[in-house]
Amino acid sequence: MERRPDPEALLAQAQAEERGRGKLKIFLGYAAGVGKTFAMLEASHQRLREGVDVVVGYIETHKRAETESMLAGLDVLPRASIDYRGIKLTEMDVDAILRRHPELVLVDEMAHTNAPGVRHAKRYQDIEEILDAGIDVYTTLNIQHLESLNDAVAQVTGVIVHETVPDSVIDEASDIEVIDLPPEELLVRLKEGKVYIPDQAARAIQEFFRQGNLTALREMSLRRAAERVDDQMRSYMRTRAIPSVWPASERLLVCISPSPHAEKIVRAARRLADELNADWFVVYVEVATRPELNPNHRARIDQTLHLAESLGAKARTIAGRSIPEAVFNYAHKHNITKIVVGKPLRPRWREWFSGSVVDQLVYASGDIDIYVIGANLESVQPLVSPAWRPHRPALRYALSLGLVGLATLVGLLFRAHIEPTNLVMIYLAAVVISAVYLGRGPSLLAAIAGVLAFDIFLVPPYYTFAVSDTQYVVTFFVLLTIGLVVSTLTGRVREQAEAAVQGEARATALYSLSRDLASATNLEQVVNTIIMHISEVFGRDVAIFLPKDGQVATFAHSSGYVPDENELAVANWAFQHDQPAGRGTDTLPAASVRCHPLKTGGGIVGVLGVHPSQAGSALTLEQRQSLLGFADQAALSIERAMLAEQAKQAELLAAADKLQTALLNSISHDLRTPLVAITGTLSTLEQDDQHLDAATQRSLIHTAREEADRLNRLVGNLLDMTRIEAGAMKVKLEACDVEDLVGTAIGQMEERLEGRTISVNIPADTPMARVDFVLIVHVLNNLLDNALKYSPKDSPLEIQGRRAQNEIQITVMDRGIGIPRDDLQKVFDKFHRVQRPEQVTGTGLGLSICRGIVEAHGGRIWAEERRGGGTCVTIAVPMAEPQ
Amino acid sequence: MSERVPRILIVDDERPILRFLSASLGAQYEISEAATGEDAIQAVASEHPDLMILDLGLPGMDGVEVTRRLREWTDMPIIIVSVREQESDKVAALDAGANDYLTKPFGAGELMARIRVALRHTAPVEVDAVFQSGDLTVDLARRVVLLGSQEVDLTPKEYDILRTLIQHAGKVLTHRQLLRAVWGTAYESETHMLRVNVSNLRRKIETEPAKPQHIITEPGVGYRLRDNR
Repeated sequence: MERRPDPEALLAQAQAEERGRGKLKIFLGYAAGVGKTFAMLEASHQRLREGVDVVVGYIETHKRAETESMLAGLDVLPRASIDYRGIKLTEMDVDAILRRHPELVLVDEMAHTNAPGVRHAKRYQDIEEILDAGIDVYTTLNIQHLESLNDAVAQVTGVIVHETVPDSVIDEASDIEVIDLPPEELLVRLKEGKVYIPDQAARAIQEFFRQGNLTALREMSLRRAAERVDDQMRSYMRTRAIPSVWPASERLLVCISPSPHAEKIVRAARRLADELNADWFVVYVEVATRPELNPNHRARIDQTLHLAESLGAKARTIAGRSIPEAVFNYAHKHNITKIVVGKPLRPRWREWFSGSVVDQLVYASGDIDIYVIGANLESVQPLVSPAWRPHRPALRYALSLGLVGLATLVGLLFRAHIEPTNLVMIYLAAVVISAVYLGRGPSLLAAIAGVLAFDIFLVPPYYTFAVSDTQYVVTFFVLLTIGLVVSTLTGRVREQAEAAVQGEARATALYSLSRDLASATNLEQVVNTIIMHISEVFGRDVAIFLPKDGQVATFAHSSGYVPDENELAVANWAFQHDQPAGRGTDTLPAASVRCHPLKTGGGIVGVLGVHPSQAGSALTLEQRQSLLGFADQAALSIERAMLAEQAKQAELLAAADKLQTALLNSISHDLRTPLVAITGTLSTLEQDDQHLDAATQRSLIHTAREEADRLNRLVGNLLDMTRIEAGAMKVKLEACDVEDLVGTAIGQMEERLEGRTISVNIPADTPMARVDFVLIVHVLNNLLDNALKYSPKDSPLEIQGRRAQNEIQITVMDRGIGIPRDDLQKVFDKFHRVQRPEQVTGTGLGLSICRGIVEAHGGRIWAEERRGGGTCVTIAVPMAEPQ
Repeated sequence: MSERVPRILIVDDERPILRFLSASLGAQYEISEAATGEDAIQAVASEHPDLMILDLGLPGMDGVEVTRRLREWTDMPIIIVSVREQESDKVAALDAGANDYLTKPFGAGELMARIRVALRHTAPVEVDAVFQSGDLTVDLARRVVLLGSQEVDLTPKEYDILRTLIQHAGKVLTHRQLLRAVWGTAYESETHMLRVNVSNLRRKIETEPAKPQHIITEPGVGYRLRDNR
């Protein structure tokens, strides 16, 4: 196959260079005391002289005079002080570094584990964050802290190192400087007391500093650095698109089991993958959730897969009928060239029955190479089941034996009457029952025990192995074969059924989420649906955080769980860094909540927070993967809802905009006209040199006065409208006499009604209305005002009041031009004015104010054509309870 | 004393309004001005004006409080000036003892009429035994009510309402003030009862109850008897 540099890979590399991520330089040593820190300080002084802004983020001088003297002239940032259960601990202050933003920062001891409560669990994660901010970092590292060499170091030196950094860190470093010192010299320095050794570990460290150990470690570090140079060479060729030396790409598949050696196999595979420059995959094959797999095993598998992920592998749990079948399926799908498995640990005799997975793999491997990695039995503690469990194998084997016993008892009862060849059926039943309910092993045991019991108890001569009739040998053989086949078949069926049920449950859960999401119409419903489903499926409290002003804020959460400030901070970190954070992750692992950024193609739409309902329960790998599926679905739906909401907002804004324009157009005209008349009159009078006669003056003043009144009404209307819209209108309900309402309204408009006949028709027995007197008078004023404006000067007006069921209706009628039928509804809308050629002024506010007021009373208002021409406007308001 | 030009104190914090009031009232009355409630009280104490025009929306001590303080020691008529938004303050000021109110904006003629009514009420109570306005005649001494020449039969409460209104003819009476005068303090909030009685009273003394000529409703405040004398 022709291998050409992938354009996407080239692009990614170019982007990485452009992005302005800081450069990492590692001063790599093979043991404490070789002078890493000193070398780092020396190099930084050189950079300082070149004019680079260098800051010391964290340096441990161990009070060595020569190191301390090197600190002179460097800007040392104070450390952050952390209070952990009353103990003051100091750690590097990442935030201070980010704020100070130097060009280069020195950070000692890359493998350091931070105190609990610090943002990241490990210092190398702090360094990642600093690099992300575009700051260069110098750091120091001892070779034994490298994850993939962890086992090798332990084997060579007998010291297990717990503080490790993933190998990817070395791969990402732009520069590695190996600080080398011959072991002999290091030992001399040790004797001179120049190497810092913590008191409590003195003895162990003394053991560690043996010439043999040091030489081995030195070799490891030099080799690792050499590998790295090799990588750089390859990477250089890749950027220059030199295809000739492109190696055939290897792809490694590592199969793990719950065995305690799995981690070791993963580490070894990582080294192999590195040497081969191969992509690698780690899988655990789930033949079914066998009852045998106790929680400890499950936890160990998760842990191993997690380790593999951190070492750069793709970790998966896959399902299948048998391990070889699932493994080869996966291998063919992913073009795997090599498979790595561990050496079987089981005693040889067990493989006679169940067969060795390794043998099966080798047998079926075809052109795929199989690597078998050995285990060192002594170094591993066997996994002890913490408590007796009903599904423990022993019990199930005992039960199967019990079934055989029962079959024997039944056989003994009937052996006088029934042929042994028929009695054998009872044993067959025991085998089948065992296979169905107890699993494969117990049913095999049942088959074998059945044959023995049948021979001893039911085949003459009784109570011996001896068989009188050789035809029974056929019976034994068939019983055994059938037992084996049945147990295998039923076992497989059961396993498949269970696996299917599990897979289906997951698919159903996801399907029902997407179905419910499809019917959710707004953001709130979408979020609540997500919360409901996730908390149901995972048994967790859930919170959704959505962005607000560059941060995230809690949008919704399960009932009974309110995220606190710390949890919100975790969500914010996840949001800003686009990475999972909190419980079960590497960032802020002490937090009680696990936060996943909700990502879509368009970016991060929010953060999903998952909080265990009870302390101590952790998500399994499958659950985590399944959760990611839910998160993706959730992210898409939230994005969709948010976009819909934005569209709606934009629509509303546009409508409001239109309204505002209408208001401005209408009001600016109506406000200015009276002002023109008033200002005109006043200025005329001001400049008057006695030219105007008294009558003209009076007429001018009268006009100005009328215009001022109009202005006052308009301002009043605008204020009313504002009050109604702002919901600030207070309605004071009282029993009011309808006649009084109408009379007061007419009384207030006395001047303007002059010359009009108004007939009022209210039956004397009309009950009182339950309304706000002032507001309803205002409504009637507006209706009368409209009637006046839209009807001829001398035409009569009529007002009727009546009771209709439990409401009071008041109708104002005119003989005016009427309202076009299409507009009968719209006249109550704000700023709606019936298009008229006539010079009738008005903002179109009056009727909408009337509607606002009447509706605030729980009433109705409508307009009708009046028979014989004109308009009727009726308000209906509640009737007062008779007292 | 009757020949003396009455002195009016105008209290408002708006310069243009002060100027307009001073100009329009200056021809008939002696005017003094104050811009805050505190200054107003000070001025009343030192100058003893005959009437005060008081804006409700004053900075610092508001008009209602000024009315309350003044009523502790003087019966000088107070006319409240307010905008429409201050309904409840207006009623509170009237209940506290202010004599009348006007809603901004108002015409000068209206203000003059209110001032005349208010000043008349300060003169020693010499309510005529017979009240006559338009076609309505009430003989208070004989408790007889005539509409034109027709005698009107009123219930005792209706008569009491009418009598109270006549005693303060031309001046607004709040619901509370009327209820207190006719039914007693225990019935101060029974507005419903008052409305029913006023409604019945109107049917008896108004020719067209829907366009009342005598008893005018002041929306949200109370009633006023039109005084055409």
